[in-house]
Amino acid sequence: MTSIRVDTLEPLPGREEPPRRHVPPGRWLRENLFSTWYNSVLTVLFAALLGLLLYRVGRFVFVDGRWEIIERNLRLLLVFRFPDDALWRLWTAMYVLAGTFGLAAGAAATVRRAEVAAGRARPIGGRFLPLRRVAPVVVLAAVLLWLAGSVGATLLVAGAAAVAVLGRLAGTLLPRRYAKWTAVLALVGLAAAFGIVIGLGGVSPRTWGGLLLTIYLAIGGIAISFPLGVLLALGRRSSLPAVRVVCVTYIEIIRGVPLITVLFVGYLIIGFTLPPGTPTPSVVTRAMIGIILFTAAYVAEIVRGGLQSVPRGQYEAAQALGLSPVKTTWLIVLPQALRAVIPAMVGQFISLFKDTSLVFIIGLTELLGVADLITKQREFTAQGLIFETLLFVSLLYWVGSYSMSRESQRLERRLGVGER
Amino acid sequence: MLRVVFQLVFLVLVVGVVLYLYSNVLRNLDRLGIGTSFGFLDESAGFSIANSDFDPSANLFAAILVGVQNTAIVSFAGIALATVIGVIVGVARLSTNWLVRRTAAGYVETLRNVPVLIIILFWYLAVILQLPPIQRAVDWGWLVLSNRGLVVVWLERTGDLAVFLAVLGAGAVLAAAVSVWRTRRFDATGQPHRRLLWAAGVLVAAVVLGFFAGGRPFGLSLPERGELGTEHGFLLSPEYGAILIGLTLYTSSHIAEIVRGSILAVPRGQTEAANALGLSPFARLRYVVLPQATRIMIPPLANQYLNLVKNSSLGVAIAYPEVTRVIRIAIGQQAPAPQSVLVLMLVYLCFSLGISLVTNLVNRRLALRER
Repeated sequence: MTSIRVDTLEPLPGREEPPRRHVPPGRWLRENLFSTWYNSVLTVLFAALLGLLLYRVGRFVFVDGRWEIIERNLRLLLVFRFPDDALWRLWTAMYVLAGTFGLAAGAAATVRRAEVAAGRARPIGGRFLPLRRVAPVVVLAAVLLWLAGSVGATLLVAGAAAVAVLGRLAGTLLPRRYAKWTAVLALVGLAAAFGIVIGLGGVSPRTWGGLLLTIYLAIGGIAISFPLGVLLALGRRSSLPAVRVVCVTYIEIIRGVPLITVLFVGYLIIGFTLPPGTPTPSVVTRAMIGIILFTAAYVAEIVRGGLQSVPRGQYEAAQALGLSPVKTTWLIVLPQALRAVIPAMVGQFISLFKDTSLVFIIGLTELLGVADLITKQREFTAQGLIFETLLFVSLLYWVGSYSMSRESQRLERRLGVGER
Repeated sequence: MLRVVFQLVFLVLVVGVVLYLYSNVLRNLDRLGIGTSFGFLDESAGFSIANSDFDPSANLFAAILVGVQNTAIVSFAGIALATVIGVIVGVARLSTNWLVRRTAAGYVETLRNVPVLIIILFWYLAVILQLPPIQRAVDWGWLVLSNRGLVVVWLERTGDLAVFLAVLGAGAVLAAAVSVWRTRRFDATGQPHRRLLWAAGVLVAAVVLGFFAGGRPFGLSLPERGELGTEHGFLLSPEYGAILIGLTLYTSSHIAEIVRGSILAVPRGQTEAANALGLSPFARLRYVVLPQATRIMIPPLANQYLNLVKNSSLGVAIAYPEVTRVIRIAIGQQAPAPQSVLVLMLVYLCFSLGISLVTNLVNRRLALRER
């Protein structure tokens, strides 16, 4: 059989962006704000309302707000009662993460540039895209450092940022064949960071609190529920009825009840299921178990979507090649399915990140718990400072989930275009 | 053969683990002298429920029913409000007016990226509880707003309702008949049917007629403000207000995105055809785009409704007496935790199943009939 060399053909041109039309400001205003009489009314109305809102918010943030409660308790909010002499572990972990993730981002950028050059992917974004991507995080870091008012912390954060940038540059210099290992490197970095914080006389998660606990619950929850979810999804699609029934039952029950009831299971009932005399695990561990039980069902449904998106031809081709069912799943189906569900998984991670606030109800001092705690301190109690505190906590959550959701949208567009 | 063996082994493993955990639960319950029966549901609850005339000596089952009722109340109100706001914001996100579009986007992006629990707590602790105390309440006669909630004018029974209800029932039947008549006429002549307007007119007439024919069986109940609180009128408690506003805002931001996506999914040709027919922007949306978008919207919308019902369990954080809160109190008062949490999960499973059934029915009715 003769084969055709495809790569000598001209690559298909990517769909081109329409040329940008230059619109004079007067016409832009007429077209976008005053096109009809009711649009003019709406514009005036909304401008007045927004102006008022911005004025009130601005006045609150810069004039009336009493941010002392945040300044004084910043450390509690971020790391709670993390011991002083172990803080270096957190800083080291931060540097490890900055380095490995920077390296991975750099390598990903190289791969991507090569794909664009080969015409397999469409370039996206404008000139200011990198700036827009990091803007919320940079603003948040600036706010935090300003509140902290500490030269040492500022220098350390600047150093971490420098390491991240250097890592990204180094990543672009890496040869292509190592590029795919950098994703693994990022995961190793995450594990190493965790190890540095808890290992060898480190600080056990059971005493964590504040933002640190929030992040621990979110990342730990998704990391452990991911393999469970994949197994559940495979079980749900299995041709063995017994396996299917068990998996479907589990998934549907968990998806039918609120997270708080599953947290109650972890909080109130885990202790009952252990043999009498076994010490009950710490509340943090029990909350984590609840979160994992809950998230696994949602991950399973996402992965099932990915499995369904793999064309039948792939299974048939694998069978024609004589691959066993296990090999078909492991080598052919799962890699394609998981690639397709990356954006949805990021979405699930975001919702988990927000949902960790529920562990406040079972008495943990994560971000929201600390916020509640500090408004009850003697010097701040009964002054209506809950407004400032909740606003600050929402800002942390908002920056986290907004920037992640932006990244997931980008990924979605990218993976959609890169599809063969 | 191998398949059968594998399934057997799998089942034995699953059942074994479940039985092991279950036996531990039994032994632990036994050791603590709690037992495994659900008899605790029949014992007296021993706690009162805010803003309800629940008698603490009634059994726990009755208390749970009050909780279920409160969950249903806040869920239905939340679903209705969130849908209305969500549709408006979703349409506004596609406005031709730049400012309106950006404002709607800001609304969605702000609310979608903050935990719903924080929105609820924010409204409860930072807004509603910071309202002026009852002595300095906003008092407009028909409305009293203070940190004890919102009291509005309501109806109060002053006589026998029998005649009124009879007239109202007859009016409802008549309204349905009028609506059918208008529809037939519309089919026959093509004149605007305005059946909703006609039916509403008949109903209003029936209410007025019944009110006077029945000897004015009810009157207005204006809130009266005292030193310690308000009497009469209809009270919306701070807890109810906070959870309703929180759930509505959060869910409406998600619904807005669904509405936007569904409208964008309606083929462009439909909009262009409507323009070619000379429909006004409103008529285009109302008669061409939204009906087609609705079909795409239903499944994700049902998902959001389910989420709203499940999120109403966050009432437990601000002491709104919905079912999670009631059962949490019961557990605090020596009700056995494993059975109580099981009951709680069953309640939510029933809610989820109910909503799934309803939306499946709606979906089947709206589904495109292929020719």
